[in-house]
Amino acid sequence: MSSRLADIFSGPGAPRLITYVTGGDPDATRSADILRALDRAGANILEVGVPFSDPLADGPVIQRASERALRAGASLGSVLDLIEQVRSDVDAGIVVFTYANPILRFGVEAFTDRAAAIGVDGVLVLDLPIEEAGPFREQVVSAGLDQIFLVSPTTTDERLAAAAALGRGFLYGISRLGVTGARSEVGGGAPQLVSRVRKVSSLPIAVGFGVSHPDHVRQIGQWADGVVVGSALVDVVARQSESDQLAPAVEEYIRWLRSGTDAVGVSSDHEK
Amino acid sequence: MKMTIETPPAGRRDPDERGYFGAYGGGFVPETLVAPVEELKEAYLEARMDPGFREGFERLLQHYVGRPTPLYEAQRWSRALGGARIFLKREDLAHTGAHKINNALGQALLAVRMGKQRVVAETGAGQHGVATATACALLGLTCEVYMGADDVARQAPNVVRMRLLGAKVTPVDSGSRTLKDAINEAMRDWVTNIEDTYYLLGSVLGPHPYPLMVREFQSVIGAEARIQIQAQADGPPNVVVACVGGGSNALGIFDGFVDQGDVKLVGVEAGGDGMVAGRHAARFVTGTVGVLQGTRSVILQDQNGNIEPTHSVSAGLDYAAVGPEHAWLRDLGRAEYAWVSDEEALAGFQQLARLEGILPALESSHALAYVARIAPSLPAQSVVLANLSGRGDKDVEIIEAQGLGGAPAGETAS
Ligand SMILES: Cc1ncc(COP(=O)(O)O)c(C=O)c1O
Repeated sequence: MSSRLADIFSGPGAPRLITYVTGGDPDATRSADILRALDRAGANILEVGVPFSDPLADGPVIQRASERALRAGASLGSVLDLIEQVRSDVDAGIVVFTYANPILRFGVEAFTDRAAAIGVDGVLVLDLPIEEAGPFREQVVSAGLDQIFLVSPTTTDERLAAAAALGRGFLYGISRLGVTGARSEVGGGAPQLVSRVRKVSSLPIAVGFGVSHPDHVRQIGQWADGVVVGSALVDVVARQSESDQLAPAVEEYIRWLRSGTDAVGVSSDHEK
Repeated sequence: MKMTIETPPAGRRDPDERGYFGAYGGGFVPETLVAPVEELKEAYLEARMDPGFREGFERLLQHYVGRPTPLYEAQRWSRALGGARIFLKREDLAHTGAHKINNALGQALLAVRMGKQRVVAETGAGQHGVATATACALLGLTCEVYMGADDVARQAPNVVRMRLLGAKVTPVDSGSRTLKDAINEAMRDWVTNIEDTYYLLGSVLGPHPYPLMVREFQSVIGAEARIQIQAQADGPPNVVVACVGGGSNALGIFDGFVDQGDVKLVGVEAGGDGMVAGRHAARFVTGTVGVLQGTRSVILQDQNGNIEPTHSVSAGLDYAAVGPEHAWLRDLGRAEYAWVSDEEALAGFQQLARLEGILPALESSHALAYVARIAPSLPAQSVVLANLSGRGDKDVEIIEAQGLGGAPAGETAS
């Protein structure tokens, strides 16, 4: 049952870089350019966020991105269109990152069918903890997609084990309490979280929430399998959203972040 | 007086273990909140069985809130409408002026029991914010209240009250700048500060155990009303009416009657300007099933699953989701739901002010407007019980701005 996400994590090499941007931000065309730029810069997995009117797990940066995308007319349907459009251009894995309600409205089966058909690899639903995920996850799995679960410093060992048993592709470790947003330091609880996960799980673990500097990438890369960058990248998009240098700026930013992985002995060349 | 947090009366069903009332409810929270929600659930389920906790709560309800609140027969208004006898459950006379204090005290006691020092809350009309600020002052807790920026402007008197009580009021500028956005922000605060912070949610909304817990803290309303109406009207009411924002005052009063199958229960939603998308908050008219802010219920949403804007003259009813238990009661056919427009609610306000000398909250005025609609066609011996959930002092500026401050037309010359 090898999946593209599993393949991405298999074998040695630098910690995998996972990037989050909100789909459709600042508009559909430039969002497609951004996804291609991220892939060119060496991102291993692209998390594509579905804009939602009430992103209660997100800090101001991603809230604003959601608002820009919604204003430009984005929706779950248009994010899937976007993915379909870029899929053949990018090597990276693609994960749809969303709140539950847009999928419920779209129809779970309609969503998983379409996502599978266009080459989405995984799905992460922010407000669907394992306790609520049952039937949804079955649908995701039967469509051949990986469901990715979040684990946080507050997740009990028992629930870590359940997430490891039910999750596929990788686990996403939240490095600190709170909403999404770039910080100057990596959450102190993250290494401990990763070692707790290792005890109960053979899934790769990626760590995010607050990553904004090559040092963070280097630091997290020492104990995790992947590093997620979100708000800091979305902030680049926000600042360049009026500029014709948006995609190059994104590409440059990701190359800079990846320079952090040099320190764990890997060249920053894009190997793909 | 029999209080609420005892064994539920026969015929009423609690949610299942995961907080589902039929297909509604549950716990749709981000991973980091799963543990604090679980901690809350365990603490509450333990507290509700602890006689010491219940005594402490009941003592405050009696001596601090001033319970039982009166049941008052509005005779002049009944006569003017020319039909049923109308009784008002006077939650407006509770300390701080609305039913919200019942729940705020119950949860603040729970926060103390859980060892939390800081409380965050959302508020729409400001009544829940005032109640929370009050409970926190009383129990020595730090308090921060999130309030949509539009609501800060339209319910200014309550903002002042909260600040005088020592609470920090933080306006929320995102989204629709109303109750929904205040809840988002309160949840963001909670997920960041779970160590020392208790989230004191103000209605029967959010993840399990909130819908159950808030209903149980509010069910004192129905428990009292059931005894009072028996004494004053010699029997149960024919109809019980309450406004429904999230639905806490409604479930509170319904709770006293839900096991009496022949008592009709009616929840009244805010119809705003009428049934145009974005201009009302009548979830049971144009809403569909979805997940918002931790619970699955009936919500106002667009075809992409984004939450639709809402409108109501009353800030406390201006919200896109209804409590999950209401959706379940509706499906079961045990409760019915109706809506009244801004205009009708304002007329209801005016009638009560002029005929009974009571200024009701604009939220409660929705229930009154519905009573005014049905009472004239009911037989004279029938009994309507309406929950007067709060007083209208906070709303006088809005009412004046609607041109309703002066004498009603045609009444100047006698
Ligand atoms: C007086 C009053 N009634 C009713 C409500 C609506 O809330 P609920 O439906 O939870 O009773 C509010 C909310 O602010 C209120 O202040």
